[in-house]
Amino acid sequence: MSTARTTTTTWLQRVQSHALLWPLVTLSLILLVNASLNPGFWMLQWRDGHLYGSVIDILNRSAPLMLVSLGMTLVIATRGIDISVGAVVAISASVAALMIGGTLVINNGVATHVSRFPMPLAIVCALLVALFCGLWNGLLVAKIGLQPIIATLILMVAGRGIAQLATGGQIVTVYYAPYFYIGNGFLWGLPFALFIAAAVYLVMHLAVTRTALGLFIQAIGINPAAARLAGVRERLITVCVYAFCGLTAGVAGLIISSNVKSADGNNAGNLMELDAILAVTLGGTLLRGGRFNLAGSMVGALIIQTLTSTIYSIGVPPEINLVVKAAVVFVVMLLQSAEFRRAVHGWVMRPAVGGAA
Amino acid sequence: MTDTTQPQAVNAKGIPVLELSGVSKQFGLVRALSGVNLRLYAGEVHALMGQNGAGKSTLIKVLTGVYRADQGEMCLCGQRINAGSTLEAQHLGISTVYQEVNLCPNLSVAENIFAGRYPRRGLLGGLSIDWSRMQSEAQTLLQRLNLNIDVTQPLSSYSVAVQQMVAIARGLSISAKVLILDEPTSSLDDEEVERLYGVLRQLRDQGMAILFVTHFLDQVYAVCDRITVLRNGELVGEYPAAELGHQALIAAMVGRELVAAHSVRHVAVADAGEPEPQWLQTKALNRRGHVKSMDFGIRRGEVVGIGGLLGSGRTELARLLFGLDRSDAGQISLNGNKVRMDSPATAIKLGLGLCPEDRKAEGIIAELSVRENIALALQARQGLWPFISRAQQTAMAESYVKALGIKTADVDTPIGQLSGGNQQKAVLARWLATQPSLLILDEPTRGIDVAAKQEIMNEILALAKQGMAVLFISSEMDEVVRVSDRIVVMREHAKVGELPAGTDEHAVYAMIAGQA
Repeated sequence: MSTARTTTTTWLQRVQSHALLWPLVTLSLILLVNASLNPGFWMLQWRDGHLYGSVIDILNRSAPLMLVSLGMTLVIATRGIDISVGAVVAISASVAALMIGGTLVINNGVATHVSRFPMPLAIVCALLVALFCGLWNGLLVAKIGLQPIIATLILMVAGRGIAQLATGGQIVTVYYAPYFYIGNGFLWGLPFALFIAAAVYLVMHLAVTRTALGLFIQAIGINPAAARLAGVRERLITVCVYAFCGLTAGVAGLIISSNVKSADGNNAGNLMELDAILAVTLGGTLLRGGRFNLAGSMVGALIIQTLTSTIYSIGVPPEINLVVKAAVVFVVMLLQSAEFRRAVHGWVMRPAVGGAA
Repeated sequence: MTDTTQPQAVNAKGIPVLELSGVSKQFGLVRALSGVNLRLYAGEVHALMGQNGAGKSTLIKVLTGVYRADQGEMCLCGQRINAGSTLEAQHLGISTVYQEVNLCPNLSVAENIFAGRYPRRGLLGGLSIDWSRMQSEAQTLLQRLNLNIDVTQPLSSYSVAVQQMVAIARGLSISAKVLILDEPTSSLDDEEVERLYGVLRQLRDQGMAILFVTHFLDQVYAVCDRITVLRNGELVGEYPAAELGHQALIAAMVGRELVAAHSVRHVAVADAGEPEPQWLQTKALNRRGHVKSMDFGIRRGEVVGIGGLLGSGRTELARLLFGLDRSDAGQISLNGNKVRMDSPATAIKLGLGLCPEDRKAEGIIAELSVRENIALALQARQGLWPFISRAQQTAMAESYVKALGIKTADVDTPIGQLSGGNQQKAVLARWLATQPSLLILDEPTRGIDVAAKQEIMNEILALAKQGMAVLFISSEMDEVVRVSDRIVVMREHAKVGELPAGTDEHAVYAMIAGQA
């Protein structure tokens, strides 16, 4: 029977049933709209030793969202949700900015950058704090048994408070140039942040396909009781998944603070949790848990960043840009809903069937 | 309500209340039904029989408007009907009580009965719900079923049996001509089943047509007038229950005479000269409110049955042994070494396996494939690494699909799409793959057809012969008696005694009742 099926599936059917089809179609549509509104959209230039253009800009800006979405994908796959990632971004950004700070010192006529603590130490500390935040969420969900949305709501609210407390309610500016490389630097002509996102994706992809992690996470998301009974260490894995989600938010916080050369406890990563959830959903992972799609979440993050950039670049007045974004997201969601597509197909095809009957 | 033109006679020659002719339904490559006929007369209880996957569920879903038939027609009292939705079917007078009670446990009994059709009062056609009328009508309806309960209490405060009765009452209140019961008895105990029969007979005598789907052959003969048998989506025949014997019915369902594996009870352990040491031993194992100070042991290659009614602590014992619940006193030792069963993961590492009672809630992972479901426990024991590759999983799953006769299109089919018996076999395969030293089977044959039941039992006995210990828990005492080397009898969360192999069913019941 299986051989019969493989022979009957054509190349076209395989494409049609591919999980990434609709996310990619959506992305292409948005890119097409961009290209038609802005003729220079696809233009790439080689300037200052790296590529330069709108597309590169979008890729660079989407790296933090990609990272957060990757972490969020695993959390959602376990039937959970993490709405504290925006706050964790702010905490990580604040810790890093505070620890680096930095001043320009002129020694013997040579200007050198001096950070408050060594940069690697600052980065490790920021990431550790983010990891701890995720761990806290995971323990609340898996050990104490709080509803994920409530458990992470605590840190969503408290986290911003912590970030503001750490920065004293001020925007902390960083004056240490080497740190700027994370969010603004280029490697082999491409934004360095993109390499970070790609590396995390690659590691995660290997972890879920080459170890049993993917199987376990899906089993937990679909039926936690059965997974536990089959010997899956469901609580441990859940805690790890939340901790990892915190870590990815921490990395995103580093990129963002490096990109804007400062940390704003109040606004860094603001509402990023919602964009991340949206990216995961657009990428084809269902909120009810189970089957997940990491590549889809990457594409979802790109869709959202492209959309945001488009709205700014075509000059939508700032006071209505949220409404425009919401409308576009609504259309995108309809386009991705298999049920809606079937209904549209029905409307289009019905007259012909009626005529024949 | 009931059709007065129909005489209240079994096998009436008049027009059937419900008649299906030539109904076919195809899902992808699978032909679920082909040209099936079914006639239901007023005033009869009609059994719909068939193995898992014979097409019973599909037929019922066609009847109730969940699926639309590809071919064939459906007539209600001679009128051609075409129910496009469950709501339409209900309005036409066809109501269904499903195997799992489909009600809202948090609402009151009365609210459940009238959900969506609350009696109204007040202005403009009734802006407010007439609570008192609703409650009194609910009370009256339930009294028709000889049930006197407080209808204002939430449904969840009553037993599953009562909930099932409430579901039937709901069906009746939608002025049903036809009542369909899809395995209504699989979660009821004997007394409750008897009560349900009373209700069915009463409704039959009032002229209702009842279609009854069950796996229990005894029940068919206890309550049904006629039997329609399906096999592989095709109609085998329609028989008066009185004229179709037990064996003939099984033969019609299975398509061959079933080779009975009765009394294959292996007595190797009992015959051995000196008793082998216990592999697993519990001492005063206790969990307040669940299991009372239990001393219990099981040897390699031994099949120990638990004799006890639902709620006697037999499932709770299994959960304690498997580390799903923690004990608050007593100890468990394996090969004489004391162990701490703190989680299923630990229990599996130590060589235990557990097929849970509730297959849907705790057994299968519905959206994962048969392959992944089978590989899960072995992979969990190994941890994240080494990973059982997809090719290895496929090979493993395919060998079990073959060995246990699991009916599935391929091993990549989501397990949720398989029939109950095949899901159970796959869960069994999951544990066999871990090659456990002790396999605990909690109601392994519930809701499974005779043939699959027999196959599963045979498999279990074969494994015991190879040295696996089996703890067998079942509500069907004849099964327990047939396969066990030793029967541990439980009552009110405690062990009341042990009986040797070959004990009569009635002796077990006598001990449960406290007369032994």
